[in-house]
Amino acid sequence: MSYPEDRRYAKSHEWVLVDGNTATIGITSYAQEQLGDVVFVELPAVGSTLERDGAMGNIESVKAVSEVFAPVAGEVVEVNGALEARPELLNTDPHGEGWLVRVNMAPGSDANLLTAAEYEAFLAEEGAH
Amino acid sequence: MNGARGRARREGVIFDRSSPGRVGYQLPPLEVPPADVRQTLAGVALRGEIEELPEVSEVDVLRHFHRLSQLNYSVDEGLYPLGSCTMKYNPRLNEELARLPGLAQLHPLQPEEQVQGALELMWELEQALVAITGMARVTLQPAAGAHGELTGMLMVRAACRDRNSPRSTVLIPDSAHGTNPATAVFAGFKVVEIASTSAGTLDLHALARHLEGGDVAALMVTVPNTLGVFEPEIARAAAMLHERGAFLYIDGANLNAFVGIAQPGAMGADVMHINLHKTFSTPHGGGGPGAGPVAVSQALVEYLPVPLVERTGDRWTLSYHRPKSIGKVRGFYGNFGMLVRALAYIRSLGRDGLKAMAEGAVLNANYIRKGLEEDYHLPYPGASLHEVVFDDSRQLAHGVKNVDIAKRLLDYGFHPPTMSFPLIVHGALMIEPTESDGVEELDAFIAAMRQIARECRENPELVRGAPYTTPVRRLDEVRAARSPILRWRRSSR
Repeated sequence: MSYPEDRRYAKSHEWVLVDGNTATIGITSYAQEQLGDVVFVELPAVGSTLERDGAMGNIESVKAVSEVFAPVAGEVVEVNGALEARPELLNTDPHGEGWLVRVNMAPGSDANLLTAAEYEAFLAEEGAH
Repeated sequence: MNGARGRARREGVIFDRSSPGRVGYQLPPLEVPPADVRQTLAGVALRGEIEELPEVSEVDVLRHFHRLSQLNYSVDEGLYPLGSCTMKYNPRLNEELARLPGLAQLHPLQPEEQVQGALELMWELEQALVAITGMARVTLQPAAGAHGELTGMLMVRAACRDRNSPRSTVLIPDSAHGTNPATAVFAGFKVVEIASTSAGTLDLHALARHLEGGDVAALMVTVPNTLGVFEPEIARAAAMLHERGAFLYIDGANLNAFVGIAQPGAMGADVMHINLHKTFSTPHGGGGPGAGPVAVSQALVEYLPVPLVERTGDRWTLSYHRPKSIGKVRGFYGNFGMLVRALAYIRSLGRDGLKAMAEGAVLNANYIRKGLEEDYHLPYPGASLHEVVFDDSRQLAHGVKNVDIAKRLLDYGFHPPTMSFPLIVHGALMIEPTESDGVEELDAFIAAMRQIARECRENPELVRGAPYTTPVRRLDEVRAARSPILRWRRSSR
């Protein structure tokens, strides 16, 4: 699996795609693989404030309910409503149609995230663990 | 393949048995003039038509539900090795005593003088749980484990407020039961997760770091933890918390591992819930209801729910005068029938018997660990207490996942272990045999699991296609969760 280079990654397996002040957040392909088939996604409300590394929602798969952590700080401006009816988008297209939220990002809060290559190296390390 | 314990028979829905005009009753002849309900109820409560009501006889109904009951798997049928759930045998003596008319037919509003025996029983149970846990007092009210957790954390919140030291953070290890973070959030706290050490135990360095801010109200931790491993530093952790004015919450789901051997009170616990339906053999799951008494240290006694049962000489009373109490958490006095069963269990085993129970649970888990460790990978090889957690990494090499192994176990006539929990283990198979079974049943389970491991190596397709002997084959769990059909309609057949 190669990870898109246009974005940054968190060790808790979320990705962030920054465009000006707007950051789109999703979970990585590795994360969806670990979760298994997703059946329900709970997202924060538009207007709520995310703290970096704070819990921002839950993803329920056939295996377990897992928390999603915010890789950047900011105010939620849009959530992916399509996931309500089609949670499987997280499995089929985690880096695209399966995005979770868009935030008005607090400046600089995306510092120290991993590049695609660094994230892949991190996964290789994790796999060896 | 031994499918003799499988359940190949299918049973449809009761609507399939419907036959127009068939009834299960006989009415006596009318002694009054007949009224036409279509007129008397019109415009008030009359429905045009009741669709699809099954028309069946008494024996149709009885056989249908009897057959359904025969498709069930229960502790009365065989080993039920659900890790963390402690599906132990429910002794029949408990049932006998809970059905005594003097206990079963009590009314919760009867005056105290008429229910002295029941109050004494509750008092006795509290004394027994105090002796077992080494804590100061116990409330018997909460109706389940998670309810007990909430009761406990509400007391922690009340105590923080009372000390003029409101705190907003609760620390929880990443191996915790999911109910712990849910409880903390429900009680108004923010949860901060602590990563476990490489041995799967509590990380004291991380704990110290998180305590620095002074905002921590409590640490919620399961002992032994969800890997079945004792937390060796629990007393240190308690001292660190207390030094910072924080509380130690011990999740008592695994109390059955050390009853009569160690006491949470001595570990420094401030609050702990006890699942009577796990450790103390009261019915579980569909056979419940549960009961989740909460034991507290002296620091939290004044916040216990009302009422408590108090003894004065030879009289027992319900005491409501507790100004700092968090109030009631359950109607009346909790699930009283379960309190009767738990006390029956405690009294029939006695001090030595309870200790033997815990030792038996640990022995059985380690017998299974020894029997399976050649075939299944142990991600955390520390000493196991009452349960053992394997993962599916060896079987994954053949393309078989833990869920496939679980389905295949059904063909061998066993309930599967707990799957994919704790979350720190990928592909977990969490096995808790309890002390209930003898060596023959454990050997049969080990043989089935080893045979499945062989199948994974030699014929993985067979395992991936399981189960074969159950009334329904593998179900589409994803579709069932995404678009559940919750109501039968003729068109949905």
